[in-house]
Amino acid sequence: MEAIYKTPKTLIDTPTHYCPGCGHGIVQRLIAEIIDEMDIRGKTIGLAPVGCAVLAYNYLDIDMCEAAHGRPPSVATGIKRVHPEKIVFSYQGDGDLAAIGTAEIIHTANRGENITVIFVNNAVYGMTNGQMAPTTLINQKTLTTPHGRSEKNDGYPLRVCEILSVIDGSRFIARTSITSPKNIIKTKQLLEKGFKTQIQEKGFSLIEILSPCPVYWRMSSVESLKFIDKEMSTTFPLGIFKDWESRN
Amino acid sequence: MSEKVILAGLGGQGMMLLGRLIAQALMLEGKNVTFYPSYGTEVRGGTAYYHLTVSEEEIFSPVIEEADTLIMMNLPSYLKFKGFLKPDSMLFLNSSMIDKIENEMNIDVYRIPATKIANNIGNVVASNMVMLGAYNEVKNLVSIPVFLSCLKNVLKGRKEPFYEVNKLAIERGAEFVRKY
Amino acid sequence: MTSTEKNKKYLLTGNEACAEAAIQAGCRFYYGYPITPQNEILTHMAIRMPQVGGTFIQVESELAAINMVYGSAAAGARTMTSSSGPGISLKQEGISYLAGSELPCVIVNIQRGGPGLGDISPSQADYFQAVKGGGHGDYHTIVLAPGSVQETADLVFDAFDLADCYRNPVMILSDAQLGQMMEPVVFNKKCKPNLYKKDWALTGADGRKRNIIKSFYPVKGELEKFNAKLQKKYRQIKAEEVRYEEINIENADIVIVAYGTCARICKEFLKKGQSLNVKVGLIRPITLWPFPADIIQKVSERVQAILTVEMSAGQMVEDVRLSVSGRCPVHFYGRTGGGIPTPKEILKKISEIVSVREKVTCTT
Repeated sequence: MEAIYKTPKTLIDTPTHYCPGCGHGIVQRLIAEIIDEMDIRGKTIGLAPVGCAVLAYNYLDIDMCEAAHGRPPSVATGIKRVHPEKIVFSYQGDGDLAAIGTAEIIHTANRGENITVIFVNNAVYGMTNGQMAPTTLINQKTLTTPHGRSEKNDGYPLRVCEILSVIDGSRFIARTSITSPKNIIKTKQLLEKGFKTQIQEKGFSLIEILSPCPVYWRMSSVESLKFIDKEMSTTFPLGIFKDWESRN
Repeated sequence: MSEKVILAGLGGQGMMLLGRLIAQALMLEGKNVTFYPSYGTEVRGGTAYYHLTVSEEEIFSPVIEEADTLIMMNLPSYLKFKGFLKPDSMLFLNSSMIDKIENEMNIDVYRIPATKIANNIGNVVASNMVMLGAYNEVKNLVSIPVFLSCLKNVLKGRKEPFYEVNKLAIERGAEFVRKY
Repeated sequence: MTSTEKNKKYLLTGNEACAEAAIQAGCRFYYGYPITPQNEILTHMAIRMPQVGGTFIQVESELAAINMVYGSAAAGARTMTSSSGPGISLKQEGISYLAGSELPCVIVNIQRGGPGLGDISPSQADYFQAVKGGGHGDYHTIVLAPGSVQETADLVFDAFDLADCYRNPVMILSDAQLGQMMEPVVFNKKCKPNLYKKDWALTGADGRKRNIIKSFYPVKGELEKFNAKLQKKYRQIKAEEVRYEEINIENADIVIVAYGTCARICKEFLKKGQSLNVKVGLIRPITLWPFPADIIQKVSERVQAILTVEMSAGQMVEDVRLSVSGRCPVHFYGRTGGGIPTPKEILKKISEIVSVREKVTCTT
């Protein structure tokens, strides 16, 4: 009998610390699958952020590096410049990438650094118990926006893909979600494209993944997925924003 | 032997190059040298100044408190640094840009119309080299060929066409003080 | 400059010598941001790195610079960044992470006057920041303080070796005067980039167990264990790496403790001799951390007084006092905000110390 579903070699077989219904486990499994399928485990180096995914190195069986909050793109740059033949990716959350690390992500994209960024956007700070993120939606309630995010006091949700796609140095920019098997398959394809962009030395790639945080959204897992499809995807439309393969 | 020189002029008058050439030449002759430039906001038009110390012995402080020599290219420079003179100091003035001074301590003053001489040989920018020629002739520090080889080194590439006029300027400066 | 020859003398600024020495020591990854008075390091690296197949990036911020250093160090390369006070403050987050992840690298601080934007003139007011940590957590960087352009170059070579040896960031603590002045320098030290095996580095886990570079220890007890390991390393560095220069301390009545530019001024004072009827010696710390506490303790048992001279309001003097532990009086003379002590001022201070001492002797 042939096994048709098994744990990827690169995914360490251990319980994760993620909350029930969290999207990080899905995304990290996809990364492990891709590393296996592309047979690049021996030459891939990953960056773990400060945030919920800080312990990603407990789950991915590859060389990995922690980085200070917001700095993974710079650390990745430092690694990639030493090992240009290796595949370097950073795994970042919304606070890390779109708040404290805004300068780093913009300038790394602008240098056209040949790395892949996996940006998990769940519109909230999870690790610190659910404060407002730069991507928190208008009127969304968090610990620090108890009456909902107000544009007057807190500004607007930051659209990272839209910003990065107008930067000359970026090559592949896409937004996706993991709310259904179909979307998960799509996400895997886009992540593959990100790695392919790097392997073919095309330059900077970023894949933003809208991901559920049922615990700090105060929703059930099913409601969370609906929230992404109905609310979040309106503010953050899915799609490919820039693609070096299709010049228009 | 020990020599403490303060060089100053308008930013752009080439004091940096002048000081570096003297330092480089004396270094090649086996002397200890420190050359401490003013830095930062001194751009073209401001007063740029440099402390150059040469000695057979180890040099400690690069900052000069009393100068053996002042080489001053314009009046604001002289006014700024005259307090560093002592009774046995020597003063080299670019007399094209400094009219009259009160020589209270009655020190040796060499008035060299450096800008005018440089102008006459076709390049006003070479006034620094006129001063170099004069200063070296009086102090007898380095042989002219050593200066010229340093100069050639500095003016490599893009600036090579300026070598001849600079060489001539050094010679004219030396000639001027020989007749002094 | 396109290359350097052994035994040849070059007339270079301290900054240029620092940059060139780094290249000679095998540093191929430099990241920097402009700030006076260290700009010549960037300029030199921008020219030289492409010539030697290295990487120079003018970064968007000091945060990016220190984190690129973190990345290149994690990847196993010799790497450096440089700045002056305001920029070094920004780098502190990264330096704490480098220490916490035990990554070797070299950080250069060409000190300028502070606090705040301060000015661009020489200063030694970043001593506390350099030797007491600077960033968060219990850590130390090895801190080397050159006293000349030649020593700047030599210490940069040593800094890379020390960093690799101990897996620890090393800081070169220089100042605007030493960075800006030109002196003859020869590059005769050997490049030893492969002296220490970096089997911990991130290279892709091809055919081996994966490597992880991290400073996060969330499981109770782990972090304490890790800190104990760090402290053990620091004790070893303290035992083995202290460096200082001593002049005439054997029969001295008064010993001056000064480093970098201030030590040069004090040497000038010693050279000039004094009309004073006291013998003055000098201890010049070359490693500021580890601090040469033992020799200072030793001399404090026999001298009448110690004088610390700094371009600060009194920072290293605290470490001198700790070393002396009340065995003799410790005096301080300092200038701030770009002021540089002069030999005359030091003479005056020594005279004061002597006259106070004589008065005390007379009355008792």
